[in-house]
Amino acid sequence: MSNEILLEVKNLKKYFPIRKGFFGNTSIAVKAVDDVSFSIKKGETFGLVGESGCGKSTTGRTLIRLYEPTAGDIIFGGVNIAKMKESDLMEYRKRIQMIFQDPYASLNTRMTVADIIGEPLDIHGLAKGAERQQRIFDLLETVGLSKDHASRYPHEFSGGQRQRIGIARALAVDPEFIICDEPISALDVSIQAQVVNMLEDLQKERGLTYLFIAHDLSMVKYISDRIGVMYLGKMAEIAPSDKLYAEPKHPYAQALLSAIPIPDPEIMRNSNRIIIEGDVPSPINPPSGCTFRTRCPYAKDMCSEVMPNLVEISDDHWVACHKVNNPNF
Amino acid sequence: MSKNILEVKDLKTSFYTHLGEVQAVRGVSFNVEKGQILGIVGESGSGKSVTSMSVMRLLQFPGKIKSGEIFFQGEDLAKKPEKEMLGIRGDKIAMIFQDPMTSLNPVYTIGNQIIEGLKLHRGLDKNEARKEAIKMLDLVGIPAPEERVDNYPHEFSGGMRQRAMIAIALACEPDLLIADEPTTALDVTIQAQILELLRDLKDKVETSIILITHDLGVVADLCSRVVVMYGGLVMEEGNIDDIFYQPRHPYTMGLLKSIPRLDIEEDEKLVPIPGSPPDLLKPPVGCPFASRCPYTMKICLDEFPEYTHEQNGHRSACWLNHPDAPKIKVSTGVRREAR
Repeated sequence: MSNEILLEVKNLKKYFPIRKGFFGNTSIAVKAVDDVSFSIKKGETFGLVGESGCGKSTTGRTLIRLYEPTAGDIIFGGVNIAKMKESDLMEYRKRIQMIFQDPYASLNTRMTVADIIGEPLDIHGLAKGAERQQRIFDLLETVGLSKDHASRYPHEFSGGQRQRIGIARALAVDPEFIICDEPISALDVSIQAQVVNMLEDLQKERGLTYLFIAHDLSMVKYISDRIGVMYLGKMAEIAPSDKLYAEPKHPYAQALLSAIPIPDPEIMRNSNRIIIEGDVPSPINPPSGCTFRTRCPYAKDMCSEVMPNLVEISDDHWVACHKVNNPNF
Repeated sequence: MSKNILEVKDLKTSFYTHLGEVQAVRGVSFNVEKGQILGIVGESGSGKSVTSMSVMRLLQFPGKIKSGEIFFQGEDLAKKPEKEMLGIRGDKIAMIFQDPMTSLNPVYTIGNQIIEGLKLHRGLDKNEARKEAIKMLDLVGIPAPEERVDNYPHEFSGGMRQRAMIAIALACEPDLLIADEPTTALDVTIQAQILELLRDLKDKVETSIILITHDLGVVADLCSRVVVMYGGLVMEEGNIDDIFYQPRHPYTMGLLKSIPRLDIEEDEKLVPIPGSPPDLLKPPVGCPFASRCPYTMKICLDEFPEYTHEQNGHRSACWLNHPDAPKIKVSTGVRREAR
């Protein structure tokens, strides 16, 4: 892993308008991603975790411009792609690829595996005829399938195998950066490790950079170098993964980590878990100030008045919390 | 009376599809003691949910209990006519399903869905039942239950819906509660709340619980006994500590090694189980795990082994337990070896 920054996200916002009124004039919006900044170094795996509705998948999809960003910059390899014209984006769509959560919904059921993997090659004009065929066979082998599988249809495969096809499709254009949106959460436990190990091996072989979006924190910790914790459209904490797990600073990160049951009965018997009350508030009308304050055990008046900024408290460890950042708290 | 509230004996359940007979459960036996939380772990297709649906007699066409006995409080549920099952289901045995979004009826208020069972099984009148419903909602931690009782499911969040489901299930004070992946659809902070709630309720209402899950963390947190299923069969059964610290079956060992640990600082490489689960349309003759097992011998492919019994009712079905089998390194499960 180098120190060269591959992707920098600055103040990214993605609002989804809700149409109200007779003329459909928009008055309110769901603030799915609200002012999020982070950067990803070349060759690293950046994990993005949070509960459903926190905006982690929206962030991933906005990065590849599957959603148009409302505001903010997405600087990939030194170029801002946030406002780039669709016609110029082709080049970047080749360099950034995506693996989706649901291996059942993300493969076209009417296409053979060869056509699914070959489609990106056709679109980007990368290979034709016998070369295309060979590339497809090579890709299938890379993800642990065989060339006999090429002429089959998705329904003939198990969940883990389908996810491998999705990975082969992403690798077809030889990308630098892959956004993995919950790539293993639909798979069985014994299959998850197979796919995660394969993603790691591919990263080593090809020098890939990953954005790994997931809600399974133990798996994210395992695969990621650095992790960002999101809550209600905002970044709560960013830290190297060991540091985040050893000393989480944000009360939400602490609660999230302590909520995960560890598969060891002795540890569970002796653990003292922090259980936070209530549910995630609606992103249509998020709480004022710090969005976590409604569930935070330490919340004070200032938390409802001022939104805390993401501050670097030690080397590469960023936290957005008044309790951590303000000495007078 | 025996201390077992439920005794399942050699249960076989199949689905008769147009492709042929899918043998989802192929001879499963286990007991649930009074006041116990029994965990059934396994991957999708291992037969864990079909087992619970068989106990509840909720199998739908083309599913059918082929053979076996399901003794609940001394009576065989497998042979009960549907009419008598109606009186047991929801009253003495209740169930919580995985997906709280789809298992509540969207056109009835939460209160009405709790009241329905109370009126049917307890013969309460409307007012009494409503009072009881409010009490139940309060018990499962719904804020302002007097108002919330008149809400519809869509007005509840995911975690609250699962709490409402638990309230419905517990309304008639069942002796046995079957929870099929009760927290899988929920976020971890909400999962922690629900697990805490189940633990509290077990003490308060003294219900036995069967918890079906694929999450070994949840099992370690809540259960005192575990049944590990694979390919429609029980591979191993034992007390929680025996399963996690002295697994005897290679499948259990493999499962424990394939999950990452949050609390371990340095990352050891995950050891996946290669291959994928067997097709139960044509289940393998021998041990269903043989094709993925690192220790497969010839006999594994030909014959399913007998169970070997150890202390505390720890049993496992593996040819490695045979005295003539080669000795493998004893697994300590999730316990770290001294360094």
